[in-house]
Amino acid sequence: MSFSLDLAAVFLPLLGAIIAGFGGHRLGDKGAQIATCVTICLAAVASCFIFHEVAFLGAARTHVLFTWVQMGTLTTHWALRLDTLSVVMLLVVNVVAAVVHLYAIGYMQGDKGVPRFMAFLSLFTFFMLMLVTANDLLQLFFGWEGVGLASYLLIGFWFDRPRACAAAMKAFIVNRVGDFGFMLGLFGLYQLCGSLDLNVIFKAVPALVGTTYHLGGYSFQALNVIGLLLFVGAMGKSAQIGLHVWLPDAMEGPTPVSALIHAATMVTAGVFMVARLSPLFEYAPAAQTFITMIGAITAVFAASVALTQFDIKRVIAYSTMSQLGYMFFAAGVSAYGASLFHLMTHAFFKALLFLAAGCVIHALDGEQDMRRMGGLARKMPATYALMWIGGLALAGIGIPGLFGFAGFYSKDLILEAAFARGTWFGYTAFALGLCAAFMTAFYMARLMILTFHGDEADGTPAIKAAHAHTHRAPWIMLGPLVVLALGSVFAGVLGVGSFGGAADGAFWQGTLFVLPAHRVALASPVPFIITLLPLVMALSGVFSACWLYFKRPDMHERLVLRLGPVHRAAANQFYFNELYDLIFVRPARRIGLMLHLKVGFFDDLYDFLFVRIIQKVGAALWQRGDEALIDRFGPDGVAALAHKIARGAGRAQTGYVPHYAFVMFAGLAVLVGWALVRG
Amino acid sequence: MTSILTIGLSHYLSVAMILFIIGALGVIFNRRNIIVMLMAIELMLLAGNINLVAFSSYAGDLTGQVFTMIVLTVAAAEAAIGLAILVVAFRPRGTIAVDAFTEMKG
Repeated sequence: MSFSLDLAAVFLPLLGAIIAGFGGHRLGDKGAQIATCVTICLAAVASCFIFHEVAFLGAARTHVLFTWVQMGTLTTHWALRLDTLSVVMLLVVNVVAAVVHLYAIGYMQGDKGVPRFMAFLSLFTFFMLMLVTANDLLQLFFGWEGVGLASYLLIGFWFDRPRACAAAMKAFIVNRVGDFGFMLGLFGLYQLCGSLDLNVIFKAVPALVGTTYHLGGYSFQALNVIGLLLFVGAMGKSAQIGLHVWLPDAMEGPTPVSALIHAATMVTAGVFMVARLSPLFEYAPAAQTFITMIGAITAVFAASVALTQFDIKRVIAYSTMSQLGYMFFAAGVSAYGASLFHLMTHAFFKALLFLAAGCVIHALDGEQDMRRMGGLARKMPATYALMWIGGLALAGIGIPGLFGFAGFYSKDLILEAAFARGTWFGYTAFALGLCAAFMTAFYMARLMILTFHGDEADGTPAIKAAHAHTHRAPWIMLGPLVVLALGSVFAGVLGVGSFGGAADGAFWQGTLFVLPAHRVALASPVPFIITLLPLVMALSGVFSACWLYFKRPDMHERLVLRLGPVHRAAANQFYFNELYDLIFVRPARRIGLMLHLKVGFFDDLYDFLFVRIIQKVGAALWQRGDEALIDRFGPDGVAALAHKIARGAGRAQTGYVPHYAFVMFAGLAVLVGWALVRG
Repeated sequence: MTSILTIGLSHYLSVAMILFIIGALGVIFNRRNIIVMLMAIELMLLAGNINLVAFSSYAGDLTGQVFTMIVLTVAAAEAAIGLAILVVAFRPRGTIAVDAFTEMKG
């Protein structure tokens, strides 16, 4: 029973994708929507049962489906590994995917590619499930690349928009950079452990602590190197600073895609990978430090950019990066439980924010600039209320000891863990995380104020017209929002006891590994005032945003002027795009152009050096070699021979039944005779 | 009273062999009539049956004779199907001469 349940949870989305993808033109929009939504909802229900069985009844299991690669000493299997860690992801992925599928029915109404869209969404879900249920790093990598592919297809879904195509390619290429590191990490692991099976690796890792790589007179801890390489992959997938440039551009895709892939699930794959390989990262202290620092820096960096953006989706995208930074530095200080807890709560409230933003964009016929919004609270009260819930959950507002929104618990846990871990990077991460918490609350309040409060923006007549016929979101879009809002309100308070406990606590059933020394450090008491600080920062963020935008609009201008270059840098996303353009894109393009266009000197040189000689040699080879020798015996000869043989064989077919009968008897006689002689 | 000629296993086998050869030659050299060809095939089948019965009696094992019954049944069915095919093949051609069936000519 449980086996078929597990299969259903993972493979139903694939079934839906196949039905909608290959039968979409016959089923029509309705049929494709029904097929994908029904399968995904069934999968979500199945994963609820599995979650209950595995996480609460302790029925962790691994089903080996069949062998994938068997080559030399490398053997990998397709498997469904369902332990506490993977069922948490299973639940999050399937539930959010189901909600987003339903929402997409309303959002994509009237689009000409609905079946394709639904098929891609389901396909993405399947790849993500393959990723989280992998028992083998090669299968994990399969899912990893699969979600990348689905992300590419969905960002570029509106392929008639050049910007969407460019964004899709950017996402794919930047991820390639990360995946290169990830693959190197896999190679290293295989070389050291002789297998990519997770259990084998976990068993082998403690003995590998002393192993070193030698390079140019230096020696490096092998585990540190592998950990860093694997984390580079995670940086690409989870948009951490340096490899983050694709995520804001990915907002060119339809909003349901942003909610599902670029907020709730795919971008958290890196966090999941680090948690999954916790037995490895625990023995790689340098990699852990690096993860912590990158995470903390990303958290602040992305939050500061989010303060200055005006595109509503971009704000949320940078917010996603920032929250992923939180998850990473939690993982870096060994608080994997807190990291995954934040992953789960974040999936709910960030998907909620994106989908609510989608409602706004949908209502304004594609308008995304917050400067042209405002005063929408009266026109779409339901969306307004739901988005506030998401915003408060993201900002981490709550009453200590009583109740709080989801983010309140998870963010608190992360910051406390960073403080408790001590050491320089723990404290740095804590400080940066506090700054990010302030900014998070600030930009969230700013987004709400600019979009929903104040006066209706004075804009062009077209904008005015759009405002005039602003329509409320249909129930098919609001229903999913309500589900996510429930998650954003209650996921924190319900999960804090089990998820938030120690990473090696009972809830995780040993799927997360923490070194004893780290465990002791994490368990050290944290002063009460420290536990209050995140909330104080969040509240002050909200209030200062309200004060700035409601009471003193003039202050805002002055502040921007005062901050001058800093503000400009943040508004331009700290010039990462320009930098990469300068370092990578332009040189590559210049070399390409140089080779492509007529650059006189090179052309003449090549002409003199190569082209003429090659031409002469070529002509000689063609006439003497090709035609006289190769053609005669090669293609032409073989063709003629085949023709002759066919003619001969054809002649044997006389068409007279007695001839065939004779040949049969003769053949029988020969065979029997041979058998007799051989004895 | 001993007869000069005791009919033994080899005699039965010889008869069967002769029958089989007649059948085989009938299949190969018959050019005029497909019905004759079917009969020749039937002849070969009977030769096989005689072998079975002969060996069965020789070895004192009834299995062979039982099996012959089955083979006869199958042969009857086969003949029926063969004739049915023949009728169908006859219709477009108007002849059952073996030489008229040359669709397989390469």
